[in-house]
Amino acid sequence: MSDATHAAPRPKRRTTSAYPSWFYLPAAIIYAVLFLFPTVASLFFSLTRWTLFDATFIGFDNFVQFFREPFLVKGLVNTLIYAVLTSGLKVVLGFLLGVLLTSRIIARGYLRSVLFFPVLVSTVGVGITFTVMMHPTTGVINETLGLFGIKGPGWLTDPNLALFSVALVDVWKGVGLATVIYIAGIVSIPQEYYEASLIDGASAWDNFWNITLPLAKPATVTVIILSLIGGLRSFDLIWAMTKGGPGFTSDVIASVIYKQYQAGFYGLSTAGNVVLFVMVAIIIIPLSGFLNRQGDGQ
Amino acid sequence: MTSKFKGSRLAGLAAGLLLSASFVGTAMAQDVTLSFLVDNTDASTVTVAQALADAFMAKNADIAIELETRPGGGEGDNIVKTRLATGEMADVFLYNAGSLFQAINPQQNLMPLTAEPFEANVIDTFQKTVTAGGDVFGVPFATAMGGGVMYNKKIYADLGLSVPKTWDEFMANNEKIKAAGKVAVIQSFADTWTSQLFVLGDFYNVITAEPDFADKYTNNQAKYATDAAAIKGFERQEAVFKGGYLNEDFAAAKFDDAIRMLATGEGAHYPMLSFAAGSVVSNYPENQADVGFFALPGDDAAKNGLTAWMPSSLYIPKTTEHADQAKAFLAFVASTEGCDVQTKAVGVTGPYLIKDCTLPADVPAVVADLLPYFQRDGGTAPALEFLSPIKGPALEQITVEVGSGIRSAADGAALYDEDVKKQAQQLGIAGW
Repeated sequence: MSDATHAAPRPKRRTTSAYPSWFYLPAAIIYAVLFLFPTVASLFFSLTRWTLFDATFIGFDNFVQFFREPFLVKGLVNTLIYAVLTSGLKVVLGFLLGVLLTSRIIARGYLRSVLFFPVLVSTVGVGITFTVMMHPTTGVINETLGLFGIKGPGWLTDPNLALFSVALVDVWKGVGLATVIYIAGIVSIPQEYYEASLIDGASAWDNFWNITLPLAKPATVTVIILSLIGGLRSFDLIWAMTKGGPGFTSDVIASVIYKQYQAGFYGLSTAGNVVLFVMVAIIIIPLSGFLNRQGDGQ
Repeated sequence: MTSKFKGSRLAGLAAGLLLSASFVGTAMAQDVTLSFLVDNTDASTVTVAQALADAFMAKNADIAIELETRPGGGEGDNIVKTRLATGEMADVFLYNAGSLFQAINPQQNLMPLTAEPFEANVIDTFQKTVTAGGDVFGVPFATAMGGGVMYNKKIYADLGLSVPKTWDEFMANNEKIKAAGKVAVIQSFADTWTSQLFVLGDFYNVITAEPDFADKYTNNQAKYATDAAAIKGFERQEAVFKGGYLNEDFAAAKFDDAIRMLATGEGAHYPMLSFAAGSVVSNYPENQADVGFFALPGDDAAKNGLTAWMPSSLYIPKTTEHADQAKAFLAFVASTEGCDVQTKAVGVTGPYLIKDCTLPADVPAVVADLLPYFQRDGGTAPALEFLSPIKGPALEQITVEVGSGIRSAADGAALYDEDVKKQAQQLGIAGW
């Protein structure tokens, strides 16, 4: 890009760009070194058997191996479940909380900050705390349930439950952000609509259903996209809480990739990252286009 | 540098020269600080490392050693590999011997120690496990271990049980312990590495049945899923789960919880490496006489024996700037004096692999149970990871699944064979 501007005669270019071309150089260098080079390098290394010390070119064997990985199918399904579940719950809960926290209630500012607080806490810290609380016999959750005579499940140790437990913690931690986006969206809806509907004698339910919900659509699109991407590539919380366990039952793609890396299969894990990149792109790009088109239609 | 190195080495070998040696050291000024990376899997590892460093520093005033700790298991492997690859490794580091040692590309990353005089003190059996391409790269840290079952002697005495010599006797004991309302088998799957003992500790029984298993396994000719002797480890782990012998919180318990249950008599059996005796001694000194050890039993009482583990080793990376001082430290560790420092720090955990090292008369109960296997001819066989460079990295997750009833033994063994294949290919072993 900067080459082209260099080659062109200066006076003519002045009109199209407000800045001299060297002005772009620092950003271009940072972009090339930190983003372009690693992307190209990882594409190369995904085609090699790489020990960190040396790399042997093996073509597409890593991708073949990755898709034969017995845990991969499980990881793929888990990733989708996790992403859809957390994203869906964040939309529903975030929207309801957004409506609540824009209404005239006592201590609104305080409640807003309480709700946002988990977003600010370190994910690993949240993970470790909940791991302790969800301990099957000595955790505070099951001890509380025990007071009422209920025998709580092994939240993180039951293979059928572990992924959902982590997803719920993810929602607890992330719903604050979704709510803030919804609050901004709801507040920006002009008051005139509500005044008009008041004159028409509409109920609160009608207001909610016909004004707030449709006009908060841009916020919904943002929340869905952000939380879906977050869910698809989520790793830190799962790793802190279950390490993909028990066994492989709560593995997601990112944790499968990490385990390959940990085991020293560097080429294979790089190939996994390329697969993850492609998968996120395939899901998000059409979805984003679809949702935004719908948003424009309103 | 050279004269100072000689000074400190002399100090390491002859205590009488201590004074003059440290004078040389200080006269040459320029003190050196060695970094020393150890894992914190077990509290006693750090205690021993610190004791060795302190004793060495007391003799070598010009060399300071700073201890750095890292996690164990897969996460630790990753740290070691990454730091070696980036040239950021500590001057001396502790890491496994055997197959994991082969996976860190020793000829490229580590300083060969073949010609060092202190290697003459190291017992051959150990040297073989830290040899690559004809060069020796390490010295043993701590003692040889056994992989088997640690058990609570009080429960055994109360219920009138005797140490099982066959698997059937072991299961019969489990049944009686369960009937008495105690936990028969303790598992701690929150620390996934602890789940592998039923498979890895069964290797004495495998190799007794098939003496050439290790070679066939390395050459892609023997598989866990199809080998009648090898699959038994997985099947037995499954049988223990199905018998309902496990502690209620087996999936959430950690290594430290398991040690507590075992030492205080909440549970009777804990399949573990005997190094865990160190944790019993340091955390539950009043209970240490209650904890004993026996080898994982096989089918035949006449062929009962122990799967032995070599201890981890100390290595020097090629990137170190203080090679002479690092070697002086290794020489100290590989001396009888080094053994004595370790014994003083955590007691005896097993037989040393340094020539002429002696053990005190009163040893912890686990070690007293362990030593006879080593003293008997053919009483031990090395674990597979010391006979073959290949160990699949996902075994700990697979054994968690088999041990918690998520996956069947046959399925787990087949999955592990896939994992082994991947590792063999990564290591570039011929025939895969």
